[in-house]
Amino acid sequence: MIEIKNLVKRYGDHNAVDHLSFTVEDGQVFGFLGPNGAGKSTTMNIMTGYLAATSGEVLIDGHNILEEPEAAKQCIGYLPELPPLYPDMTVGEYLRFAAELKRIPKGDQAEQLQKALSLTHLEEMEPRLIRNLSKGYRQRVGLAQAILGFPKIIILDEPTVGLDPKQVVEIRELIRHLAKDHTVILSSHILSEIRAVCDHVLIIRKGTFVVSDTPEALEEKLSAAGELEMEIRGTAQQAEALLETVAGITGHTVLEESSGLARLSVKTDRDIRETLFYAFADAKCPILELKPRMATLEEVFLDLTDDDDLIAAKAAALLTGRQDETQEEEGSCDESHL
Amino acid sequence: MKAIYKREVSSYFNSMTGWIFIAAMTAFIGIYFMVYNLFSGYPYFSSALGSTLYVLMVLIPILTMRSMAEDRRSKTDQLLLTAPVPVAGIVLGKYFAMLTVFAVPMAISALCPLIIKINGTAFLKADYATLLAFFLLGAVEIAVGLFISSLTESQIIASVGTFGLLLVLYLWDGLLTYLPASPSGSLIGLMVILLLVCFLINALSDNWKITGAVLVIGSAVLAVSYLKASAKFVSLLPNVLGKFSLLAAFNSFAQDHVFDLSGTLLYLSLIALLVFLTVQVIQKRRWN
Repeated sequence: MIEIKNLVKRYGDHNAVDHLSFTVEDGQVFGFLGPNGAGKSTTMNIMTGYLAATSGEVLIDGHNILEEPEAAKQCIGYLPELPPLYPDMTVGEYLRFAAELKRIPKGDQAEQLQKALSLTHLEEMEPRLIRNLSKGYRQRVGLAQAILGFPKIIILDEPTVGLDPKQVVEIRELIRHLAKDHTVILSSHILSEIRAVCDHVLIIRKGTFVVSDTPEALEEKLSAAGELEMEIRGTAQQAEALLETVAGITGHTVLEESSGLARLSVKTDRDIRETLFYAFADAKCPILELKPRMATLEEVFLDLTDDDDLIAAKAAALLTGRQDETQEEEGSCDESHL
Repeated sequence: MKAIYKREVSSYFNSMTGWIFIAAMTAFIGIYFMVYNLFSGYPYFSSALGSTLYVLMVLIPILTMRSMAEDRRSKTDQLLLTAPVPVAGIVLGKYFAMLTVFAVPMAISALCPLIIKINGTAFLKADYATLLAFFLLGAVEIAVGLFISSLTESQIIASVGTFGLLLVLYLWDGLLTYLPASPSGSLIGLMVILLLVCFLINALSDNWKITGAVLVIGSAVLAVSYLKASAKFVSLLPNVLGKFSLLAAFNSFAQDHVFDLSGTLLYLSLIALLVFLTVQVIQKRRWN
C-alpha cells in the first residue's frame, strides 16, 4: 500500500505539487492522469525517492521513503519518463547490472532476467548495445528494468510514449499481466490509455488533486449530473408548458423548432425519463427521441486540462458530483485550488 | 556498491577514457624514467615520479570529469538513486572504480625500481614509499575531481574546474608566500577562512543555528587569543594553510626519503572529506 500525505514540492515560488494526498491499495492498477506539467512525474519522482518533497510524507508499505529509503525502494520498480539507460552497455549487461543494484540474489538473477526479457519481448535483443536500439526498444529495456525482480509496486511514468500502436497494445497486455499480483501505478496524459488498463484513476491538475475514483464511477457521475435531449412532435410552447408540470427539472432550453417538431435540452437533477414519458404521453404529445445528453469523460478531461481555471473548475465539479453530497468521500478536494 | 563499481570499471575500459588515461600515464612515467634513471643514471625512481606530478594534474580531470556529471545529464542517476543502494555506496563505487583505473599505471611503474636494481644500486624502500605517496596524492586528486563532477551536469565544466583547483593546490606553497605574515593580517585571513567554513556548513546543513554557533564561537576564540597574545599570530595564516600543502607531503617522500605519516594522514582525511562532501551534494540536490 502506498500512502501519500499532503505532498508539496516547491520550485522557487511555484508549487509543482500542491498538497496532494491519496492512497493506492495493494493490487490496484492506479492511473495518474493529468495534462503535461500537472506534476505527475514530480510526484512519481518523490514517491520513488529520487526527489525529496518540500513537505509531506510518502509511505511505501509503511516505510517512509526518506527515513527508511532502502526498505521502501526495495518494494519499487520504477520506469522514469526517460528510461535511465547506459548506451555503452548491452541489454543483457544493463539488466544484470540493474539486478545487482536491486539486490536480487545471485542464484535467481538468470531466471529473473529471462522472465523480464520474455515479458517485454526482448530475448533477441539481449546481446545488442543499447546505443543501437530504437526508441521503442529502449522503452522496453527500461520497462524490463522496472519489472526485474518483480517488486510489489511497479511505477511507470508514461510507459507507452513513443511506441507504435502494436507495441502500445503489447505494453497494455503486460500491465494487465502484472496487475494480477502487483500494484501498478502508471501516468499518462491520454485518457483512453488510462481507461483501458486502470481500475482506479487519479486526476491532477497544476499539482492539485481533482478527483480519484474508478473510471466507471466517474462516467456514472457524469451521466447522473447530465442533461436530457428530447425531440417531440409539437410546438416548443407546448413542450415548455408540459415540462413545467414535471418535478425534478432544473431548467430547459429550446434547441430548435421546425415544421411541427421541437428539440429541447432539459436539465435534471435526477432520472426523470419515465415521468417525462407519461407526462407527454398523457398530453398526447409524442416523444420521438429521448436521450441522455452526457458529457463524455473525454470532454470533461479536455476541459479540466484547460488553462482557464474557471472552465477547469466547472469540469472538476462535474466529476466530483454535486459538492454537498460527495464532500465526505472527496474530502481532500479543495475547491479554492481549482 | 559492488554493482556500481563493476559497471564503472567496465565502462572505463569499454570507452576510450580508461585506456587513454592508462596509456598517457604510463608513457609519461616511462619518459621521465628513461631520462632521469636510464640515461642520467640517477638511482632514485622517486625523482621521475616527482616530475610526473604535473602530468597527473592534466590527466586526472579526464578520468574524473564524467563520474558524477554524466549520470546527472543522461538521467541515469534516476536508476541509481531509486535503487535500494545508499548514496554513499554509489559515490564510493564510482570512486573505487577510478582508483582501480589509476592503479593500473601505478602497477606498471612498480616495475621501474626493479629495472634500476637489475642495472645497479636501487633504493627500493624509498621508491616504493614514494610510489605509495604518488598513488595517495592521485587518490586525493581523483576525490577532488569526483567532488567537482558532482556539482555540475557538464563534463567540460567538471574537467576545467578540477584542473583549476588542482593547479591551485600545486601552486599552494608558492601562493602562501604572498599571504600577509603580520598578526592582524593573519587574524583577518583566519576570519575569512572561518566564514568560508561556515558558508559550507550552512550549505550542507541548512541550519542557520549551527552555522551561527560555529561562527560566533570561532570568531570569539580567534578574537580572544589575538587579544591575549597577538605575537603568536605572526605568520600564523601561512603556517596553518601550509599544513594543507599536498606537494610538501609528497616531497618529503620523494626528495627527503622519509615516510611522512602526517602527510599520509592529510591525504587520507582529504579523501574522506571530499567523498563525504560529494555524498552530501547528491543528497542535497534532491531538495532543490
